Amino acid sequence: MESGPEFLGSMWVRMAWISSIGRYGVDSVARYGRVLLMLVDTVRCTPQRPLRFHLFLHQCLHVGVYSVPVVLVTGAFTGAVLALQTASAFRLFGAENLVATVVALSMTRELGPVLTGIMVAGRVGSAMAAELGTMRVTEQIDALHTLATNPVKYLIVPRVWAATVMLPCLVIFSDLLGIMAGRFIMVDVLGNSPVAYYKRTVQFLDFEDIQIGLIKAALFGLSLALIGCYQGYSVRGGAREVGFAVNRAVVSSIGMIFVINYLVTAYFF
Amino acid sequence: MADAARAEIINGSGTIRLDNVWTRFGGEESWIHRGLSFDVRVGESFVIIGGSGAGKSVLVKLLIGLLAPERGNVIVDGIDIPHATKGDLYRTMKHIGVLFQFGALFDSLTIWENVTFGLQDRGLSDRELRRIATEKLKMVGLRGVEDRLPSQLSGGMRKRVGLARAIAYEPDILICDEPTSGLDPVMSDTISELILQMKERLGVTTLTITHDMTSAYKIGDRIGMLYEGRILACGTPEEIRTSSDPIVRQFIEGRALGPMSIGGEEA
Repeated sequence: MESGPEFLGSMWVRMAWISSIGRYGVDSVARYGRVLLMLVDTVRCTPQRPLRFHLFLHQCLHVGVYSVPVVLVTGAFTGAVLALQTASAFRLFGAENLVATVVALSMTRELGPVLTGIMVAGRVGSAMAAELGTMRVTEQIDALHTLATNPVKYLIVPRVWAATVMLPCLVIFSDLLGIMAGRFIMVDVLGNSPVAYYKRTVQFLDFEDIQIGLIKAALFGLSLALIGCYQGYSVRGGAREVGFAVNRAVVSSIGMIFVINYLVTAYFF
Repeated sequence: MADAARAEIINGSGTIRLDNVWTRFGGEESWIHRGLSFDVRVGESFVIIGGSGAGKSVLVKLLIGLLAPERGNVIVDGIDIPHATKGDLYRTMKHIGVLFQFGALFDSLTIWENVTFGLQDRGLSDRELRRIATEKLKMVGLRGVEDRLPSQLSGGMRKRVGLARAIAYEPDILICDEPTSGLDPVMSDTISELILQMKERLGVTTLTITHDMTSAYKIGDRIGMLYEGRILACGTPEEIRTSSDPIVRQFIEGRALGPMSIGGEEA
């Protein structure tokens, strides 16, 4: 049996490891707890007057309209790749006519919402963290408070609800473009019948499939905006901390998108 | 003045009172304020001086309710700030104007929107708000900048816009955090002059936090020196200028060597 200073040293290293893992776990739980408290505060502040609906519309423009190009490109190329990959595999056992169904179901239930969520987390979640973080370190959030304006109501409420509403809209665009790109590959590139593609698309695609995708999208929007806002809002320090906050906002919100995706899929399974 | 004094006695409006305030971040030894007490009377200009890290900016956060002390009372405009409800706090904020160290103007808003930000829920038209903004900007010596963005202004202009915003809803109390830091001597004097004018024209109670002695002598009716978490010396500018306290002397003369502890070490 080991003994002496070397054994104690290795024990100390192990203990330090365990302790740091434990501390990381506790910090993570505390952080998500604070994000949930921010959600509660957001819901509580939403009906308070003045409503400032124009701020919500302004955020819809930033989160939704300005994200359309990137979401269209993502949706179109994902649908095209999906069609090519499934076509080459399904051709082996003569099921090429099912490609349309696979593209439609995959886009509406999984790929449309998840990829749109990831793209918007990268584009919008990071911008929210950077903007709010900069406002925090330059005392603009303190200034809001001194001007008798609730910073949560003014900054976070419009961003969170705009992302929650606009993500499903973006996902509809992404789904449509994905299905149209799949059709382009199957009909215009591989020479299959357009009528058959259309029939196979609508035959197995239920409203419930689209609905599940849109529910996921709304939850992704809510979580990425909340995490982005939380990370920016809670910055302490200077420019370096703003950078870390942006980084954490993107990584955490993408991670959360995968977790929510699993939970919603399992719920509707 | 008699009415103002009566109001002060009845509800403390327009006054600031800190009573045995203890504030800390972290552990038992990291006290920032150790029994800090002072009061500012209606219409008075009180200046707090002190070295970097003396807890001056934390004091501003205490006064506006962004931080709460461990113990002690912070009474601003007759309201017990740490124990006020959010509604009471925001109502009190409407009687307090704050000029931040770097202006803290909202980047995404134009200058006139910044100046009238606190008035935007009063149901005034944009035309009326612009008129108010132009008037307040004129008071701080700025013209023709209404439609610019803060990034298009110099540091001194941003401070002046910050001051215009702080006085936009004619507060009872004006709090200025390092109003002259980072400015050249001429611009520093201009800002000091403006604060003085605001006090005289609007009759506001002014609390200025600074380490610029030229500005402190000019603005203050009384000056208090914050040192090791409490007011070390307090008096008129003349009393401070002729103080025999070695720490006060070292600070006002700006000497590196002396009894004053700098960052926990004696210089």
